[in-house]
Amino acid sequence: MAAGAGGTGAGGPTPAELRAIYLRRWEGRTTFMQGNEAAALGAIYAGCSFYAAYPITPASEMAEFLSKAMPLVGGCFLPMEDEIASISSVIGASWGGAKALTATSGPGFSLMQEAVGYACMTETPCVIADVQRSGPSTGQATKPAQGDVMQARWGTHGDHEALVLSPSSVQECLGLMVECFNLSERYRNPAILLMDGEVAHLRERVRLPMAKDVVLEGRPLGSPDDTPFGGRPVPSMVGFGRGAAVHVTGSTHKEDGMREASTQATHDRLVRRLVSKIASDRDRLERVEERFTDDAEVAVLSFGCAARPSLGAVLRAREGGQRVGYMRLVGIWPFPRRAVARLGERVRRIYVPEMNLGQVSREVERFVDCEVVPLTKIGGVPHTVGEIVRAIKGGDRP
Amino acid sequence: MIDIDTELCKGCGVCIAFCPRHVLEASDRMNKRGSYPPVAARPDDCTRCMTCELLCPDLAIVIVDGEGE
Amino acid sequence: MTGNEGGEGIRRAPSHLRYLREGTLPTTFCPGCGCGTVLNCFVHTLDKMGMEPGELVAVTGIGCSSWLLSPYYRGDTLHTMHGRAIAFATGVKAVMPDKRVVVIAGDGDLAGIGGNHLIHGARRNVGLSVFLVNNQIYGMTGGQVSPTTPAGVRTTTTPYGNAEYPFNIAEVVAAAGADYVARWTTYHVRPLMRAMEEALTTDGFAFVEVLSQCPTNYGRNVGMPTAVEALNAFKERSVPAEKACGMQAAELEGRYVVGTLAKRSRKEYTSVLREASEAARRADAR
Repeated sequence: MAAGAGGTGAGGPTPAELRAIYLRRWEGRTTFMQGNEAAALGAIYAGCSFYAAYPITPASEMAEFLSKAMPLVGGCFLPMEDEIASISSVIGASWGGAKALTATSGPGFSLMQEAVGYACMTETPCVIADVQRSGPSTGQATKPAQGDVMQARWGTHGDHEALVLSPSSVQECLGLMVECFNLSERYRNPAILLMDGEVAHLRERVRLPMAKDVVLEGRPLGSPDDTPFGGRPVPSMVGFGRGAAVHVTGSTHKEDGMREASTQATHDRLVRRLVSKIASDRDRLERVEERFTDDAEVAVLSFGCAARPSLGAVLRAREGGQRVGYMRLVGIWPFPRRAVARLGERVRRIYVPEMNLGQVSREVERFVDCEVVPLTKIGGVPHTVGEIVRAIKGGDRP
Repeated sequence: MIDIDTELCKGCGVCIAFCPRHVLEASDRMNKRGSYPPVAARPDDCTRCMTCELLCPDLAIVIVDGEGE
Repeated sequence: MTGNEGGEGIRRAPSHLRYLREGTLPTTFCPGCGCGTVLNCFVHTLDKMGMEPGELVAVTGIGCSSWLLSPYYRGDTLHTMHGRAIAFATGVKAVMPDKRVVVIAGDGDLAGIGGNHLIHGARRNVGLSVFLVNNQIYGMTGGQVSPTTPAGVRTTTTPYGNAEYPFNIAEVVAAAGADYVARWTTYHVRPLMRAMEEALTTDGFAFVEVLSQCPTNYGRNVGMPTAVEALNAFKERSVPAEKACGMQAAELEGRYVVGTLAKRSRKEYTSVLREASEAARRADAR
């Protein structure tokens, strides 16, 4: 792992030692934390040693937490001049060997899209936290939303896969941040922690794991002679400083990394591999939480902050005798089509509360034959349990 | 000795124009890319200043034996 | 007649060629392109300094001069997005502080779309060696006006004449705070090499603007269709910085001020970060 600008020179403690020392003040405790803070702490657990960002509501607390924590774990904290510089320096740091993160919200996420594609094309592990707020554009800067679901999948141009996880609790902000790092290292692809302003600013009880119990994955280092951009679905990441003179480019390239944008076969082979290395694992990557689906006649399917009142509504409806099931998407992309399709076979209607005008619901429709009822709500006020209960009881859209 | 890789030359003429001693001239032998590479017409006038070697956009000229300047 | 007639005869392995990836010559640059001369001077400088290819990390953007280190340089290379090389390079330098991180890109890349990252990199004094190859045009895309194209010039996007004033970009970078700033041209190969060496031994942000010819997509528009004519123009229109400071603005119109424009020694950015980190850890330990 890179030494970093944290300044751990020869003779001093290594970044791994510094991280272990730092986490001793947290691990094993149960404490009250904010979602953004938990996500930031999750990055430390994951071994993140580089954070660069531009402040933006409602993500700025992550930067403030890491501005204090990064130096303490021998890592780098860079307040960059804009979001493009932030994600660019993250990618550069990743090639220098660091696990690297940036956090932003919709407007910043939009700016980063070219770089997301660059990270896909160059197979650079990195994590982006998008703390969604009302859009489009400046929108309602301080209010939560879930309108970036499709952007997280297709925001950058060209064919690519996306690894996107969505926390519904402060605890999950921590755990899924670690998971995002693991996924991005495993597949050598950017991973997105799709948060929202609601969960990011919630304060809840969190159980902080023992550092030794947190399973971490690292990029496949291989040997400097390995084929850097081919040969296997996920090639060895022959990073900088290993004497391999590795050539990294966002242009179409051959398996040795050298640019070759003229022939159809080279591009076809490269991009299909980039897509298939993740797509072929999509069934294994499905992450959903299911409750009460065995006897359900209808179901409520949700994710992120909207899953909270959804669960409340399902519980209240069941108290009233209604056979309602509950599904919460934890992994948004690759979309958990099998779990959703199975649900669609069991129930006659799926309600999808989301804080947008129908992004997940449209994806659900693709995989089920039953009726899909989007329960859309925008304007920064989360769904209430009562609204969802009425919608379920009423049998049609509110 | 002025070592010219004639197959790298693209015939820009910079070395010929800027040699302070006018040592180089265009040859009359076309290379594979259709250019007429230079040839040392007055090799004994070469002072090994390396101007041609450093200016060449194709790194086609190397002064061998000694540095110059 | 000496020479390598017909490509046979003397086998050469001059030491400056060891910095180039094998089999990559001849370059894809146009005949007479200044990029080739910059590459030439760069590898000669490395050779003179005795640097190992592995001591450097090369970072480039998009444009003809970004195709200089990528693919020709035989070392770790990050060929990035248009305008963003300095931002990527900042991340590399932060986690690999012992490496020389070199950025070579053009005027459109670094002074146009990348202008913001350029001035912030200089302001922070990030330890990068940046060579801006200024051909005063967007060459790769066919000759559109760039932020350094002189006023009045006809380009493919200014058919009635450029309505803008160009940057004196080296002066902008100097004002932003870089530790070392110089300007030379592809005619001035030896001073350019000395400036490159200075840039490669500066701890902070080192910036060299290199006026360079683009005969194909600029020179042809301004009455200089050959490299020879462009180099003669660089030679005639250059004025040394020491002399320029005594000249009026009108006299400097259309001329290139060459030489060292700034030299200071402030702490390099990533070293400041490291020191602050160490201090934070000591304070935290108490």
